[in-house]
Amino acid sequence: MGGLLEVKDLSLNFGGIKALAGVGVAIAEGETLALIGPNGSGKTSLFNCVTGIYRPGAGSITLRGESLLGLSPDAVTRRGVARTFQNLRLFLNMSALDNLLVGRHLHFRKNLLHAALRMRSEEVRHRRRCEEIIEFLNLEPYRKSRVADCPFGIQKKIELGRALATEPKLLLLDEPVSGLTAEEKEEVSYWIHEVRGRFGITILLVEHDLRAASRLASRMVALDHGVKIAEGTPEEVQRHPDVIKAYLGD
Amino acid sequence: MDLVESYRDDLRFVRKPFAWFLLGALLVGLLALPWYAHTSWVVRATVICLYAIGVMGQNILIGYTGQISFGQAGFLAIGAYTFGHLKLLGVPFFLALLGAGLTAALGGVLVGFPSLRLKGPYLAIATLGFGIAVYQIFANSEILSGGRSGLAVPKLEPAFGLSREVYVYYIYVGLLIAFTIITYNLISSYVGRAFVAIRDSDIAAEVMGVNLARYKLLAFAISSFYTGVHGGLFAQFLGHLEPQTFNVAESLTLFVAVIVGGLASIEGSILGAAFVIMVPTLLSEYRWFVPVLFGLTILVVLIFEPLGLAGRWLKTRLYFQLWPFR
Repeated sequence: MGGLLEVKDLSLNFGGIKALAGVGVAIAEGETLALIGPNGSGKTSLFNCVTGIYRPGAGSITLRGESLLGLSPDAVTRRGVARTFQNLRLFLNMSALDNLLVGRHLHFRKNLLHAALRMRSEEVRHRRRCEEIIEFLNLEPYRKSRVADCPFGIQKKIELGRALATEPKLLLLDEPVSGLTAEEKEEVSYWIHEVRGRFGITILLVEHDLRAASRLASRMVALDHGVKIAEGTPEEVQRHPDVIKAYLGD
Repeated sequence: MDLVESYRDDLRFVRKPFAWFLLGALLVGLLALPWYAHTSWVVRATVICLYAIGVMGQNILIGYTGQISFGQAGFLAIGAYTFGHLKLLGVPFFLALLGAGLTAALGGVLVGFPSLRLKGPYLAIATLGFGIAVYQIFANSEILSGGRSGLAVPKLEPAFGLSREVYVYYIYVGLLIAFTIITYNLISSYVGRAFVAIRDSDIAAEVMGVNLARYKLLAFAISSFYTGVHGGLFAQFLGHLEPQTFNVAESLTLFVAVIVGGLASIEGSILGAAFVIMVPTLLSEYRWFVPVLFGLTILVVLIFEPLGLAGRWLKTRLYFQLWPFR
């Protein structure tokens, strides 16, 4: 198993605040890694650095040996990284299907003339791929509904589907089960598990729900105040004294 | 029942036979207009057609891509004067129109650059500045604006034994239909999806692989192309150009047409254009009162129909779809 994503000595400052201070994380191909830590520990900042939304001050991020630093978010996505957001960022006025089709955007053979003249063979080709994802996530009843009108649990699934539509090598999930009911948590956990099995996608996930996180992930990394405090199997990390201290205090 | 049997079926321009029928009736109504309506109405319809193209372009930018722009009068002036000068050089009508559109599109790309950094009201102010700057340039440059006597644009010579009004009306209606179809096609394609994605959440659009810079500039280019064509058609219609025609009030009129017609709606753009042309015309008997009534009408429409005239159309359609059960 080779390393898919390697993050080394990553530092990010907002003025005097050190959001990340020399964090290093490596994910092997096919692995599921969970990132845990209290609020403000830098989990989402790490995501934003990898996807090109933030520019880190120092350090390196490489995907299969190729550096992702300095690339714009769409260029990072084109290299095979997809993500979901902590507080859903769906295209609320579009249908679920259209949201997925935006996920296919980078795979479209683009031709403005074809677009203007309604030549739609590309569209049909990508529709087929989207329908596969819709079927996989059981989203058929919501295919044509406006996303803003869908319940929260469905919106979370649509966002997962949209990320899958980009055909990523690496999927970053920012709190995939937060705000869901117990049953929905089970369901989404099952799907995340399936994503790995069926699409062979490597997953990096941030999760506050430690039970869900330790069930999904084979390895866990704990952050606190922008520093990595523990790494290992879920059991090891959860028993680590620094992690307990970070969550519960002295 | 409405059953879609293939993905390709789902992407058709018009799906149901009844919609084809309505569309055909509308088309016949438009084409037969000179036979049942007075010439003054034909002229009004001509103005609505040329305005509708500009409003549609504006709607692509504001309604679909979510980039608020108050600089439309600037693009309008660029289009109109490019068209006028090209016509004076002896360039044929359609080529001059294309030139007007392309020049305005180039201006649109330049104005689009601030949009890569600015959002919402800040972008609106920046584009407003552009509109005023263009107006001042034309007002102060005699070479561009044709001096004190203005720029006279050669009239179109009617053909096929039609009167000039009717001939011009047919050309303008034809262009409006072409632009409407192309707009529908663009909006339902990957381009339109990228635009709406940028409007709804620019960060998510970028993370999904939409190149923000490219698509924002594209939206500006397409929208200003439409406005440039609008300017060219306007110049041809007026036959005489003065910079005062393209002041800030003109930008506002176009903006009002977009909002009243309905944001992110193509039918709405046409209805909005008809609104801003027809309301002052119908109220012209109360001359001094027109601006007040115009303003009041806008308020009434927005309070009772926040989705614009297109929203009313949508509700009417729904009513008939559900009839007689509701």
